[in-house]
Amino acid sequence: MIYENSEVILSVRDLRASVDGTEILKGVNLTVKAGEIHAIMGLNGSGKSTLSKVLAGHPDYDMTAGEITFKGQDIAELEPHDRATAGIFLAFQYPLEIPGVSNRDFLRVAYNAHRKARGEEELDVFDFDDLIEEKLDVVKMDAAFLDRSVNEGFSGGEKKRNEILQMALLEPTLAILDETDSGLDIDALKTVANGVNQLTRPDNAVVMITHYQRLLNYIVPDYVHVMAEGRIILTGGRELAEQLEAEGYEAILEQHKTEVAVS
Amino acid sequence: MTLQVSNSDPIAKSSPQQQRDNYLEALLSTVQQQGTPALPLSELRTRAVAIAREHGFPSPRQEDWSFTDLTPMLLVPFAAADAGAIAPPDLSLPELPEAAARLVFVNGHYSEALSHVGTRPTGVVVGNLGALYTGELKVKIDQRLGLSGNRHEMFAALNTAGFQDAALVWVPRHQTVDAPIHLVFVAIAGDRPVLSQPRCLVVAEPGSALTLVEEFYGIGESAHFSNSVSEIWVDEGAQVTHTRVQQEGSGTFHIGKTAITQGRDSTYHGTAISLGAHIARHHWEMDQTGPQTETQLNGLSAIAGRQTADTHSLIALHHPHGTANQLHKCLVDDSAHSIFNGKIWVPRAAQLTNASQLNRNLLLSNKGRIDTKPELDIVADNVKCAHGATVSQLDASEIFYLQSRGISADQAQRLLIYGFVMEILAKIPSTSLRDRLMPAVID
Repeated sequence: MIYENSEVILSVRDLRASVDGTEILKGVNLTVKAGEIHAIMGLNGSGKSTLSKVLAGHPDYDMTAGEITFKGQDIAELEPHDRATAGIFLAFQYPLEIPGVSNRDFLRVAYNAHRKARGEEELDVFDFDDLIEEKLDVVKMDAAFLDRSVNEGFSGGEKKRNEILQMALLEPTLAILDETDSGLDIDALKTVANGVNQLTRPDNAVVMITHYQRLLNYIVPDYVHVMAEGRIILTGGRELAEQLEAEGYEAILEQHKTEVAVS
Repeated sequence: MTLQVSNSDPIAKSSPQQQRDNYLEALLSTVQQQGTPALPLSELRTRAVAIAREHGFPSPRQEDWSFTDLTPMLLVPFAAADAGAIAPPDLSLPELPEAAARLVFVNGHYSEALSHVGTRPTGVVVGNLGALYTGELKVKIDQRLGLSGNRHEMFAALNTAGFQDAALVWVPRHQTVDAPIHLVFVAIAGDRPVLSQPRCLVVAEPGSALTLVEEFYGIGESAHFSNSVSEIWVDEGAQVTHTRVQQEGSGTFHIGKTAITQGRDSTYHGTAISLGAHIARHHWEMDQTGPQTETQLNGLSAIAGRQTADTHSLIALHHPHGTANQLHKCLVDDSAHSIFNGKIWVPRAAQLTNASQLNRNLLLSNKGRIDTKPELDIVADNVKCAHGATVSQLDASEIFYLQSRGISADQAQRLLIYGFVMEILAKIPSTSLRDRLMPAVID
């Protein structure tokens, strides 16, 4: 939802980033305000996943120019875990498996890291169990998942639900969902989308990165951005996604190039 | 560790082979002095001396010993451990509160004061061989002691040639012992280097069930030689769950053998944790004497500094329908060196065997070394067998995943290591033991 005069949560200015010396992001500009849902769409290789990783602070990506401010604070130099406790959450396209560590322990350690960062006392095992049982409802997850190793042997849909469970638990100010819809059947997609919708509030924001318009039927964006060649080249409302779906990326990109050339 | 080396020692001048021969003779004469008076086992001991001489002290040129060099041992003249080498009064032993009984041996000598044999179901024998080797039981012991497995090597023979006492656990037919039996072998490394020879004989008669926890626990950082043999008989339809923990001192040479003999339809689940010693070598051997056995070997070596931990396992199947699963993990830090050589032998008779073997290694430093050799030797043509080995470092993408959830890089590494070792520690049936070991493994 777009709110008048709401707080700017994320501001990205002329962001350039490279991996192994190859520049992937070539001047990204993006402003996300509290309450808003943004969708970033684009073809493979357009830089949209790189943008999500750079925002989360992945060490393989070098930010070479520009600035990222989160709630007014420059976060370019912050470690990934400090960005996380500051309120940035990245739902992974391919969530990692951590054999031997139970989901319950992982979630508790993560949750307590957030509490510690806020100067609050850590929750003990019992209080945490009460809290996490409550959160399971958001993604309709069975409690049995808590005692399995993190993502180990989970189906694609279960892994993505587990990501949203973490989001529900950690209550980020900015959630970046990197292709959360990829590999999901329609039922799983509905469950995941429904989970995200329950978590959106006037004081937080969601950036969805996706290849397909399908997800946007369930999580309705306020803004749709199109990325190509490391930049956001087009921004519009929800109708832009529909246009993309109807006409295809090629047509839109071609049209954009012509417009740029003419102007 | 401190090694006592004498420059005038004559063995220093002879050829390496001569040195090893002399060294073995010295060891044999030491253990014979210790063992002969303690137990009347002359026939068994004489045979063992011959076997030890036949195999000789291992040379690094032998394939089986190519990764674990025992040459540093040759510089240490190990003497017999005094029977009077009493544990210090402030000795804190590894506790297992839920144990039904505990037997404690200090440098190979039984300590009645530190042991408790509790109350046990009818017919269950728990005690030291020295006291129990008489009458009817003696006859039964003679049919088992020193007879499990048929793969001889020098160190087990050295133990047989002169062990002073042994832990004896005997569970009769169809009897179940619910709480674990706790065997603690304390190696006290003192002012002069001594040799201790822990020994145990465990017999689970047909249809019986037993949980065994064996701990090799060290005190002191100076040179010590701990040479153990554990024989475990899992008779027809019996079940044995066994945990072996080695936490000896940093100057100790630990060479241990666990020989398991499994009758038809029996189950053996073993977990071996190797944390201590300077050089630790564990021979873990299972011999199948009937069809449809189930065998699980889970191992974890967690080492650092200049430690060496070597596991040589052998699962020898001779009958059909056997199941064998092995997962062995090594966590290697600093300049430590881990070795895994696991063999599963499936001859023609062992049709319909279902076997898997996996060795996973996590290397935490640039200077550590890992040697791994999983081996499947299959002649039978209708079997399901798989094996493999992996060596890796902490995965940067896993660390980033945890960091992205607010967990610091340092804590993320610890969590990943925890996960790596937990897969094995979780197999230990005793929660109290698991909780006690976890900090020792992680640090």
